[in-house]
This record gives sequence, structure tokens and C-alpha cells, in this order.
Amino acid sequence: MTIQAPLQPGTTATGTIRSVDADRNAGRRGERFNWPVTVVLVLCTLSVLVPLYVTITMAFKTTSQAVDGNAFSLPAPFSVDGFVQAWQLTDFPRAFGVSVLVAAITVVGTILLASFTAYAIARNWDRRLFRWSFFYLLAAMFLPFPVLALSQVKLTGLAHLDNPFGVAILHVMFQLSFSVLLFTAFLRSIPAELEESARIDGASTGQVFWRLVFPLLAPMSATVGIFAFLASWNDFVMPSLITSNPALQTLPVLQQMFQTQFSNNYNVSFASYLMAMAPAIIVYLFTQRWVMAGVTQGAIK
Amino acid sequence: MATTTTESVTTAGSRRRGGAAPRLQSGRRGGAGLRTKRSRTDPLFLVFLIPTLLLFTLAITLPAVMGIVLSFTDSVGFGDFRFIGLTNYVAVFSDPAILQAYLFTIGFSLVTVLVVNAVAFLLAIALTSKVRGKITLRAVFVLPMVISGIVIAYVFSFLFANSLPALATTLGFAPLEQSILANPDLAWIAIVVVTAWQAIPSTLLIYIAGVLSIPAEVYEASALDGASAWRQLVSITAPLTAGYILINLVIGFKNFLNSYDIIVGLTDGGPGTSTTSVAMSIFKGFNGGDYAYQMANATIFFVIAVVIAVIQLRATRGKAAL
Repeated sequence: MTIQAPLQPGTTATGTIRSVDADRNAGRRGERFNWPVTVVLVLCTLSVLVPLYVTITMAFKTTSQAVDGNAFSLPAPFSVDGFVQAWQLTDFPRAFGVSVLVAAITVVGTILLASFTAYAIARNWDRRLFRWSFFYLLAAMFLPFPVLALSQVKLTGLAHLDNPFGVAILHVMFQLSFSVLLFTAFLRSIPAELEESARIDGASTGQVFWRLVFPLLAPMSATVGIFAFLASWNDFVMPSLITSNPALQTLPVLQQMFQTQFSNNYNVSFASYLMAMAPAIIVYLFTQRWVMAGVTQGAIK
Repeated sequence: MATTTTESVTTAGSRRRGGAAPRLQSGRRGGAGLRTKRSRTDPLFLVFLIPTLLLFTLAITLPAVMGIVLSFTDSVGFGDFRFIGLTNYVAVFSDPAILQAYLFTIGFSLVTVLVVNAVAFLLAIALTSKVRGKITLRAVFVLPMVISGIVIAYVFSFLFANSLPALATTLGFAPLEQSILANPDLAWIAIVVVTAWQAIPSTLLIYIAGVLSIPAEVYEASALDGASAWRQLVSITAPLTAGYILINLVIGFKNFLNSYDIIVGLTDGGPGTSTTSVAMSIFKGFNGGDYAYQMANATIFFVIAVVIAVIQLRATRGKAAL
């Protein structure tokens, strides 16, 4: 795994990544594999893989083949018509652009705001303002979105933020609790001597943060960034409620808007679904270990 | 909102800078054994903190407070309103549609949380045993977590509407020859299946961390004493991961109470209103213009969430003691 090198500082702070690594070798050293369990597990993966297999094969069928409703047959003939039609019907490039914009603002905004805030909190824990801010931000983890939604729709409308930009701001706000929690825990594990020696050399707080702390946070920023991306990219409810102009909707909302127009052109609808889910799957393929470690850290810290 | 926060900042700052108090403060700080000695906070730390607090207050706290206050009024979402006391709450509690939404949401969440945890726990045990290719297997089982709920719900709705009835017809299994999505008594099962499909990965990862936290020696010692695999599961794995089980049950239940997009993709609350969740009833109320009424509904929902949050905090503390 190429990701391992930049993760080195992370391994000391988290332990989770390390324990996954330790476990990864355990099977190999233990000579005998448990084959019956392996076979059962491989069969269980079908529950994950079959829906994805169906999505892919349906997307590459012709409309006349797809209409028979047989989910498991292979495309014959192989056709990209579904993609062409879905591309034009849903104006895919525009929705893709909106989704990328919202996700990019969310990722950058979350990493910057959460690391600033966590640094201020972690280094001033003895001050009541900072300590209480931490619990204030954390409390939002317990607020169900439906409780806030209607008032948020009203307020974003008043502030002329009933657009993808407003959606991105709200996405950042909803990622804050989890992200500040991860960053703060990580910052507490960085030895104070590092920062003190930089200060003795005359560095200001800003220089210490940008030149020393922020680079050290890199593995945690990766985890925070990936979760912000996934949450933002896959979100349906927030853009569907906040964004008032249908032409500025994100990909998940687009699927719902065109659901009736897809009607029985299953190849078109599945091509559209596939194009909506593919970017998240690709990101996941490259970042699995951060995703897996992030879940455990978020829940247990 | 903005001014309140700034005020509290200045008072906190000046209190620190005041006469006798700082000496006391620094003495206490030294006693607590903190690493850095600073006479006062670098203003940059406030620059790092305050914008976040302001934005957060505007985006999260203000809507929450606004919603709760307006739930005691006759507001329709805009314009004038007057306070009408608990009228909305009385109406919510006597509205059969909302009671049905609560019954459905709580029942569905209970069933789903049990299904998800049973499957994820067994998978975690299997995936930490000596199986071949466990890293690849783990990556496959976690994959559903990264797929948009509404998109995968549409994929499954095709399978439930076409493939499952076709399969049932071939096998001659009459009850499933009609799409279960069109059956008011069975549609909830489809929602449980898809919700579980998406929720199992994160639950599984937490259980894997739990199982890996048990020292191997415990199993080796029990194996020497002749304990069966079942006995190890019941007497070692389950009790030693009790904290993780509790966390997963609480987090899962809390998340499922908010279910929305998967239901939109599968049944859109139907057939009839048989699968309308609380979140869905709140959002639908928005289009209907009965804003204050649905805010009362949302406030009740919030109280339930707070109760669960308290349980969650207790659960987390319980785990730390393990």
C-alpha cells in the first residue's frame, strides 16, 4: 500500500491503523486458513456485489433488451446508448459540475475550519471559552437534521443562499462536530516540545500552525476530507430542500427529478445511477484504509 | 446571535487579564500539569475559533432555537404570527398520520438495528478469523457505505419490483409474485433490507475494532481448556465487546430514526402512508404550509433524540470503564 508512508505520524496517534496492519499479517503466519468460513464470506459478498453487477449490466444494455426486466442477463448487444441518452437527458455535465463544486467547497472548508478550531481548542483547553466551544460544537452531533431543516430552508432563502453555495456551507457545518473531534484528539497526541522549540526559534502562532502543525495533521486531514467528500457527494436531502433552482441540483437529487422521465428506459436510468455513484466508489478504492480507520476513530473517541 | 458570542469572548478575555484572578488561574494551571505556560491567549487563537462559532451559531443553533420557539406559534413559515401555547402539540399528539409515522419509524428502527447488529457482529467475527484474503473481503463489505442512499434505493426498487417477483413466479412462491413495494404490509421489509445494506459497513468496522481489542491469549487459554467456538463466542467475544455492542445499538437506532432518502427511493412513503417516516412527515409539512405544526412535531422528535443522546453518553462512559 502506497498510502502507508504518509500515514506514519498517524499510526502513533491512532493505533487503529496499526492494529489493522497487525491483524493483516496474523492470517498469513498462522499457516492454516479457515476455508469453510472463507467460502461463506465469499458467498456473502454477493449481497454487496449483485446490486452493483445489476447496475453495470443494465447500464450497458439496449433499451429493448433492458425493458424485459431481467436483471441478471448480460448485455447483448453491448451498448453505450443508455449513457449517451442519460448524459443528454439529465444534462449530466452541469449536475456533475455542481456536485464537484459543492463537494470541493465542503472538503476544503471542513479541513480548514475544523483544523483551525481544533488547534485553538486543543492549545487553550485551560480557558473556559475554548473548552465550552468544544462541547458546544460537539452537541450538534445529537441534533437530528429534520429538526433544523425547515428553519434552515427559511434562513438560507432570506440570506440568498438557496443555492449550491448554501448547501456547501451547511455541509461544512454538519461535518464540524465529527472533524473537530478527530483533529482535537490528534492534536493532544502531538508532543508540546515540538511547538515549543519552534517558538524558541521565534515563530509566531500562525507560523507554528502553518509550517508545523498543519503538515503534521495531514493524515487526519485525509480522513476528515474523505468523510466530508462522501457525506457531501451522496447527500440527497439537503440540496433537495435548500437549492431552489432545479438547474443547480446535485447528482443524487437529479436521479429523483428524472425518475419519472426515465420510465421504462431502464438502461438510461441505470447508466445515470452508475455515473452518480462511480466517483464515490473510485475515491473509496484509493482511500479504503482511511475510510475504515475514520469510522472506528469517530465512534470510539 | 452574533453580538452575544462576541460579548462572551470579550468578557472571558478581560476576566483572564484582570488583577488577582490570573495569578490564581496560572497557579491552578501549573498544578494541573499543563505543558505550555502562557500568560494570555494569543489573539490568533480567537481568530481561529470565533468565525467557526459564529457560522455554526447562525447555521445550526439559530434554526434550532427558531424552530422550537415558532412551534408555540401559528406561523406559516413567513409573515406575522402569534403565540398559541401548546395548541400545536395537542394537535400533533391527536393526529393519526403523525402517530402512524412515529409508530412506523420506531418499529422500523428497532427491527433494522437488530438486523444490522446481528449481521455485522457475525461478519466481524468471521472477518477477524483466519480467512483467506480478509483485507479484500473487508473492503468489499465496507463498499456500500460510500454509495448514495437514494441511488442504491432506486437500484433495489428495480430488483424488488421486477427481479424478485420474476424469481418467485419461477419458484411458484405465491406470496412474493407481486412486488412487495406495492404491498402496504410488506413494503417496510424492503426498506429494512436497503437500510441494513448501507448501515452494516460502519457497524461492522466498529465491531472489528472491538474484536481485535480482545487479547489473543484469552482465546488461546480457553482453547487449552477445551472451549468450543460457540462457548468462546458467548463467554469471551460477546461480553468483552459489550461496550461496542451498546455503542452500535444506540448510534444505529439514532440514525435510523432519521431515515429519509432510502424511503424516498423505494416507496416515497407509500403505499398510502404505510411507510412514511417522521422525517418525511416533517418535510412534507413544509410543502403544505403548516410550518409551526411540523415544528412542534420536530421539537418532539428532538426531545426523543436528546433522550437517546443521554443514553449514548452513558454507553460511551460505560465502554471507557471496560
